[in-house]
Amino acid sequence: MLRIRSLEAGYGKLKVLKGISLHVKAGEIVTIIGANGAGKSTLLNTIAGLVKPASGEILLQGNPLEPGRPDLMVRGGCALVPEGRQLYPSLTVRENLILGGYSLSGRRGRRRSLDNLEEVYRLFPVLKERRNQLAGTLSGGEQQMVAIGRALMSEPDFLLMDEPSMGLAPLIVRDIFSVVKALKDQGKTVLIVEQNARAVLEIAHRGYVMETGSLIMEGTGSDLLDNNEVKRAYLGRDYKEFTD
Amino acid sequence: MYSREYEAMEREDREQLQVERLQMTLRQVYKNVSFFRSLYDERRIDIEGVKSLEDLSRLPLTTREDLRKSYPYEAFAVPLRDIVRIHSTSGTSGIPVVVGYTKTDLNTWSSLTARVLSAAGVDGNDLVQIAFNYSQSTGGLGFHYGAEKLGASVIPVAGEEVIKQARIMKDYRTSALISTPGYALHLASVLEEQKITPEDLNLRVGLFGSEPWSENMRHQIEEKLKIKAYDNYGLSEIIGPGVAFECSERRGLHVSEDHFIVEVIDPETLKVLPEGEVGELVFTTITKQAFPLIRYRTGDISRILPGSCPCGRTLRRIERVSGRIDDMIIIDGRNLFPSQIEALLFEIEGVEPHFQIILDRQEGLGRIEIQVEMTPDFFSFDEVRRVEDFKEKIQNQLISRFGLHAKITLTEPRTLGRTGGDKVRRVVDLRED
Repeated sequence: MLRIRSLEAGYGKLKVLKGISLHVKAGEIVTIIGANGAGKSTLLNTIAGLVKPASGEILLQGNPLEPGRPDLMVRGGCALVPEGRQLYPSLTVRENLILGGYSLSGRRGRRRSLDNLEEVYRLFPVLKERRNQLAGTLSGGEQQMVAIGRALMSEPDFLLMDEPSMGLAPLIVRDIFSVVKALKDQGKTVLIVEQNARAVLEIAHRGYVMETGSLIMEGTGSDLLDNNEVKRAYLGRDYKEFTD
Repeated sequence: MYSREYEAMEREDREQLQVERLQMTLRQVYKNVSFFRSLYDERRIDIEGVKSLEDLSRLPLTTREDLRKSYPYEAFAVPLRDIVRIHSTSGTSGIPVVVGYTKTDLNTWSSLTARVLSAAGVDGNDLVQIAFNYSQSTGGLGFHYGAEKLGASVIPVAGEEVIKQARIMKDYRTSALISTPGYALHLASVLEEQKITPEDLNLRVGLFGSEPWSENMRHQIEEKLKIKAYDNYGLSEIIGPGVAFECSERRGLHVSEDHFIVEVIDPETLKVLPEGEVGELVFTTITKQAFPLIRYRTGDISRILPGSCPCGRTLRRIERVSGRIDDMIIIDGRNLFPSQIEALLFEIEGVEPHFQIILDRQEGLGRIEIQVEMTPDFFSFDEVRRVEDFKEKIQNQLISRFGLHAKITLTEPRTLGRTGGDKVRRVVDLRED
C-alpha cells in the first residue's frame, strides 16, 4: 500500500526526518511510536502531502506521490485524521462530517456522501444523536469520533491518524482503538502515529519505534510490547525494575 | 514453507524490508556499540548516507579479529540485563567471540531453524534426534528450539555413547537426524557393526552442517542410512544454524534474506563480486538485537547462484561452502583446499571420507602427508599389493591434478581425531614460521 524509502524532510534548516524507510501492507494496522519531538507528526504530514520532503521517495499503491498536493492524496484514497482533531467548532457535527466528503462532487457524489454519513453514524451512534450540536461543545472523545468520521467521508482505503488518543481518558482511548480495529475488519489500511504506545501496540499488526528523526526498531505489536527497550522508554515502566 | 510470507516474498518487497531493517540496525550499532561507532567515525562514514542495499558496500568489513577485541561483552548492542542466552565460538585458535541473544533474538532464531527443518520436510510428526552438542556451540540448542517450535519430538543425544545413540535411533524410531556429516557416517558404521540395517530404522531424513562436506559424502550418507540428506549453513557469530538451508530441490542453499544480507567478496581485493563468482561469504544481520554484525567476513568460500529455484522461494541461494579461507593450504607457492583432496579421495573407491592433511617442512621444503582412514572390509583383505595400488592411485592423481607430491598413509578405521559430534581436524600444520 505505502512504501517510503530514505525520506528526509524538515522545516528550513532544521532536519526533522533523517532517512525514514517504512512500509504498510494493504489491510495492516501499522503504528509509529516515539516520544514527543521524535518527528512522528512531521512524518505523517509529509506522507499526507502537507510537508515537502527534501529527498527520498513515497510510493502509494506503487505510484510516487506528488509532494505538496494533499488533494491528490485524498483522491488517491488516503485521508488524514489530524492531531488535535482540527474540527470547525462553530459548525454542527453533521456539517463537519459533510465537509470530509468534499472530494465527492456532483449528484451521485452527493448521494454517496449521504450514504457515507449513515455509515459514520452506524460506526458512532452517539454522533447521530448529536448531529445538530456544535462540534465545539462535544467531549474530547466525541470530537475524535467526528475527526475519524470526517476522514471516512472521502471513502479512503488508507487512513493516516495522528495521535488519536491525545488528551483522552483511558476508557475513551480504548473505544477509539476498538473503532480502528473495526475499520481494519472493513479492509481499510491504517497508519497511526501515537505516544500512547501500550494501547496502540495492542491493536497494531506491526510497529516502528522512532527516535530523533530516525526509525530504530520494528516488530509485531506483541514483540514491541515485550521489548525491554520499548518498555523502558515508552511504556512508562519504572526504570528500577530493569536495573535491579 | 514455514513462513511463505517471507520465503516467497516479491523481490521488490524484500528489498524494501532489507533497506528498512539495515537502516535500523545501523542506527542501533552506531548508538550502542563502541566498536562500530569508532569504526565509522574514524572513516568519516555517515550511516545516514546508506540509502540503498548498494550503499552497504561502502561500509568497512568486520572480522573475527575485530570482535575478539570486544571480548567478552563489548560488542553487545543491548544492556546485559536484556540478554537471555550466551553462546561463544569454539575459540580453538584464540579468544572466542561471545554471542548474546535477547528474548526476541531467540524467537527469531527458533523460527529460522524451524524454517530450515521444514524445508527438509520435517514436521510436527517427526522424531528428531539431535547429535550436536548442547554447549557453547550453537548447533544443538539452535535446532532444538526450532524442532520444538514445529511440534516435533526432540531427542537430544549429544554426550551419549555413540552405541547408545545408535540404539536410541532404532528403539525410539527416530525419523530425522541432525549432526555433522562426518558424525552421520560414523553413526552409520557403528550401526553396521551393531548389525542394525537401515530397514530396522525409521530414519528418513538428515540435516547436516557445521563442517564443509561434498556431494560425494552426501551420496555415501544417503546410501548407508537410506535417507535424504540436506545441507544447511550457519555460524555462531551470525546467529548459529538457520542462516541458509536447502529445499527439496537441493540445488544450493537459500539464504534467509529477510534476516541476513549476503555478499560475496574477493578475499584479496575485498571488492564485492558479481553473482556467480566464487569468493568469501560476508553477512550483515538486519534483525538481531543483542549482537548485530555489519559486513562480517565469514572466511567461508562460496558463491551466489544465479537464477531462481523451482521450489517457489525467492530467497537467493548460495552454493554449498567448499572450504575456508584460512583452510587454504599454501604449499610451495600452490593453493589447495582440503575439499579438493576430499573430492579426489571419493573418486577412488573404498576410501572413507575421513582424512587428515599434515603439513611439515624438511630442509626448507614443504612436505605434505595425507592420512586416510580405510573401511573395515578393505583391511580384512589383508593384501599388501592392493593397499599399495590404492596409495599409488591417490599419489598419481595428486601429481596430475595439483602437481603435488604427497606421502599417503592409510590408517585403521576411526583412528583420526574425532569425538562425539566434533569435527575432524582436516589440516595439521607443523611448519613453524
